[in-house]
Amino acid sequence: METHFIVHDKADTVGVMVVENTAAGQELTGWVMETDETIKVKSLDAVPLGHKIALRDIKNGDTVLKYGNDVGRAAADIGKGHHVHVHNMKTKRW
Amino acid sequence: MRNYDFLGYRRENGRVGIRNHVVILPLDDLSNAAAEAVANNIKGTLALPHAYGRLQFGEDLELHFRTLIGTGANPNVAACVVIGIEPSWTGRVVEGIAKTGKPVVGMAIEGQGDISTIAEASRKAKEFVQWASEKQRETCSIEELFISTKCGESDTTSGLGSCPTVGNLIDKLDPLKVTTCFGETSELTGAEVVCASRAATKEVSDHFMQVFCAYQEVIERHKTSDLSESQPTKGNIAGGLTTIEEKAFGNLQKIGKKTKFIDVLKPGEAPAKGPGLYYMDTSSAAAECVTLQAAAGFVVHLFPTGQGNVIGHPIEPVIKLTANPKTARTMGEHIDLDVSGLLRREMTLDEAGDKLIHVVLRTCNGRLTCAEALGHREFVMTKLYQSA
Repeated sequence: METHFIVHDKADTVGVMVVENTAAGQELTGWVMETDETIKVKSLDAVPLGHKIALRDIKNGDTVLKYGNDVGRAAADIGKGHHVHVHNMKTKRW
Repeated sequence: MRNYDFLGYRRENGRVGIRNHVVILPLDDLSNAAAEAVANNIKGTLALPHAYGRLQFGEDLELHFRTLIGTGANPNVAACVVIGIEPSWTGRVVEGIAKTGKPVVGMAIEGQGDISTIAEASRKAKEFVQWASEKQRETCSIEELFISTKCGESDTTSGLGSCPTVGNLIDKLDPLKVTTCFGETSELTGAEVVCASRAATKEVSDHFMQVFCAYQEVIERHKTSDLSESQPTKGNIAGGLTTIEEKAFGNLQKIGKKTKFIDVLKPGEAPAKGPGLYYMDTSSAAAECVTLQAAAGFVVHLFPTGQGNVIGHPIEPVIKLTANPKTARTMGEHIDLDVSGLLRREMTLDEAGDKLIHVVLRTCNGRLTCAEALGHREFVMTKLYQSA
């Protein structure tokens, strides 16, 4: 079964797309490296290779977790399955 | 245990190199033309032109000397001709390199002009290159190897695949007493606490945080609205990295899961506490960082890339690896090891680490890296502040 996205840690709220062509509305398969689990998320955007997909609903201002760690904050409400990037996520530094 | 011996060049001071360069080293910007003329005259020599060396002072000048002396002293260099505008600073670089016991000579341009200097330096360079060409490789042990690492044009695949592959190599080679080095102070922002927890002692951890905080002060002093135009870079963002924190955690995968760093080095400073992992205070600009690590005596470099950085270095071979399948496909001529199989789950991290060790050993034995074959010789001095 093809892996569409990979998640570093079980606690993470985002996964990383590892294939080049997926469409909005597609049922995606993800692999959680920490626990070797397989999860499913329906994408609501066409998320490019290397970009992040929300694994749950993330509220504006919430900390985004990746590598099990704080990697920034949501700058808008982000629904599960949506593309997470500079348009809806910001650094807490600088 | 597997045999990790390799064939290297043992230098006069016992250190081991994997290349056998005869370098024509300009002290300053004014001496680049003469150095390049000598390298053009004498085949098999290599000039290292750069932009600085005039009216520097204080710590910045010390770093200039440390970088030039360290580059000439690097075991990948068999012999060195130093050319400077005036004799005093030229002599200081020659003396520094001479401590290794390797052949080195200095020439000053003032009072005789370029043409005489080039003639005299060319005769010496010819003598050195013919001498060096008879040097033979001999069997060397893995603990004699000095490996540096830095990543560039990173994307999220760097943190998923190529950086953890380097980390796997470091976790495997650290118990074998290999000397390794990572840096990139600004690119640890957001992961600095986790990084500090990887120091071998509280003293080293405190030292790291001190250096990290000093860098943050530089950024605070000079930043405009924010650093988002530079960190992450446009390439990082195109590759899916959103914040410096996310980039930092990907970067930190390079030091593996268990190896602890044993000391904090100043830019270009040679490790002095024996084998182990060292952190060096460097810029995150690729060529600046690699140039400083080469000046500290590291002889082979591991460079994970996501979107496809094409960097090389004149004397320290740069091995590039990527986990990005698109980069592996579209920029294959720059990639020494494709680990995109990690993302397709066709390869385990343990296998990827073993493959990288294999590529390192082949490179050490003499195989040219992609960057060497393509002529990438980025040599960039770090400058701490403006000249007098």
